[in-house]
Amino acid sequence: MTSDIDKTAGPKDTPPAGPEAIKAIPVRHYGRYVSAVIAIGILVAIVYAFGQGKINWHAVPDYFFDHRILTGVYKTLLLTVLSMVIGIVGGIGLAVMRLSKNPVTSSIAWFYIWFFRGTPVLVQLFLWFNLGLVFEYINLGPIYKNYWSAFMTPLLTALLGLGLNEAAYMAEICRAGLLAVDEGQTEASHALGMSHAKTLRRIVIPQAMRVIVPPTGNEVINMLKTTSLVAAVQYPELFRYAQDIGQNSGAPVEMYFLAAAWYLIMTSVLSVGQYYIERYYARGSSRALPPTPLQKIRANVLSIGRPKGAAA
Amino acid sequence: MTDKLTESDSATTDPSVPMVKSEGVHKSFGPVEVLKGIDLEVKSGEVFCLIGPSGSGKSTFLRCINHLEKINAGRLSVDGELVGYRQQGDKLYELRDREVAVKRRDIGMVFQRFNLFPHMTAAENIAEAPVQVRGVNKGQARERAMQLLERVGLADKAQSYPSQLSGGQQQRVAIARALAMDPKLMLFDEPTSALDPELVGDVLDVMRDLAESGMTMIVVTHEMGFAREVGDSLVFMDGGVVVESGHPRDVLTNPQHERTQSFLSKVL
Repeated sequence: MTSDIDKTAGPKDTPPAGPEAIKAIPVRHYGRYVSAVIAIGILVAIVYAFGQGKINWHAVPDYFFDHRILTGVYKTLLLTVLSMVIGIVGGIGLAVMRLSKNPVTSSIAWFYIWFFRGTPVLVQLFLWFNLGLVFEYINLGPIYKNYWSAFMTPLLTALLGLGLNEAAYMAEICRAGLLAVDEGQTEASHALGMSHAKTLRRIVIPQAMRVIVPPTGNEVINMLKTTSLVAAVQYPELFRYAQDIGQNSGAPVEMYFLAAAWYLIMTSVLSVGQYYIERYYARGSSRALPPTPLQKIRANVLSIGRPKGAAA
Repeated sequence: MTDKLTESDSATTDPSVPMVKSEGVHKSFGPVEVLKGIDLEVKSGEVFCLIGPSGSGKSTFLRCINHLEKINAGRLSVDGELVGYRQQGDKLYELRDREVAVKRRDIGMVFQRFNLFPHMTAAENIAEAPVQVRGVNKGQARERAMQLLERVGLADKAQSYPSQLSGGQQQRVAIARALAMDPKLMLFDEPTSALDPELVGDVLDVMRDLAESGMTMIVVTHEMGFAREVGDSLVFMDGGVVVESGHPRDVLTNPQHERTQSFLSKVL
């Protein structure tokens, strides 16, 4: 049957060419048009609502680089960095304790993680802040002795509250990273005569970093936002200053917008930093390194207007 | 490519002392007894092949030799010294991790799954242990790494990461890495089992070279051709015991034991 059709259809002298490119009418996704219109409609409504609101938008640029705001930004960053340092160092220590063969250290680490992960960080902050009610002095024998109130400054309270809580999360992240490294790596390293410590430092941790870095970046961003809680323990940072200015200048909502904008700027910068750190630790793990954000943006810009499937 | 594969004259020891001596070695994993009394001797400079079905305990025995596994009973010594223990009078003292590490420096091991360090280039893989363990300076270690890479025919891959190398190339780098420590004994744990058949030859060539240079080698393998051609002794293991041993040619062509006969009839 088909052979008959083949013989009759088309001129016989058609030159044998390669397979013809398919030219078909693409499927129309009408649902997509509808949902896009609805989404844009809602967006416009929200923007319009804020446009109607009595918001003094000029207050935002006016105070954007106010010295109090800049001090707040600096203190927020300082708090983020120091808390994360405490968190990461403590987390590595706890992870090693948790994985150790010594049942005492591993259960203590387990208990620590259980407590600090299981209670809200705001409660922990208040707890540190109010410890002065139960301790009058701090007495470390011959090393240090002082009134508790002089010792426990708002900065220290904030650092302890945020850092010790973070250590519990970092411990789990580090543990997952260490466990993710193939046991053959440890064996190969031991077989070469490398000690436990060297194996950990030179072989296991560099590989664990690939697993540890992405969630740690997440934690840094989370920490940056969580620092806004320490206003509660009298340590002034970005959020607190923005609030103060808002109350004095009569533009509270505007100042919250301003604070939000600053937080967004900082988290965006951190995300870019995270990307490059991940790239560094990915060396050797894949044949080609992933593109940098700049390369990605360039590729995306070039691919605009092309059908989705073709852009890579 | 055959000369001076190892310049490890420091490793040459009294030839009258066997390189490895195993007397009644037992090893259990929980309730499962994997080695049920292994007696054997590996002479210095010899290529010693271990063959047998999977689960026969040959890899476990190999891992006992550099104390990656702890034996439960018997005596196992390398170059006249007990593995993992120190004997004083009639008492045995367990060695500290550090002391075990010192002994492992002289025993090279090549794994079935290569176990190269993925975050280091081929050259870095090879230079790592000499620098970290022996305290060789970086420049020298690098130079030595390049020499070793040349020996295994991979001089152009020094800057490649393991993920950029084929299985056969990775295994040759792994052999070079073990050789960089100037071992007196090399352990091969099924070095070609994870390779494409096409790539097996390159790895076996490197091992053949190494054997010709006089290295003492214990090879767990399924490559009967290699065992027959290069091996000086061969042991057939099954069910955690040595079933038959002798010169590879004799055992492989004229096995005495029924179990050996049935195994060889399947693999040859």
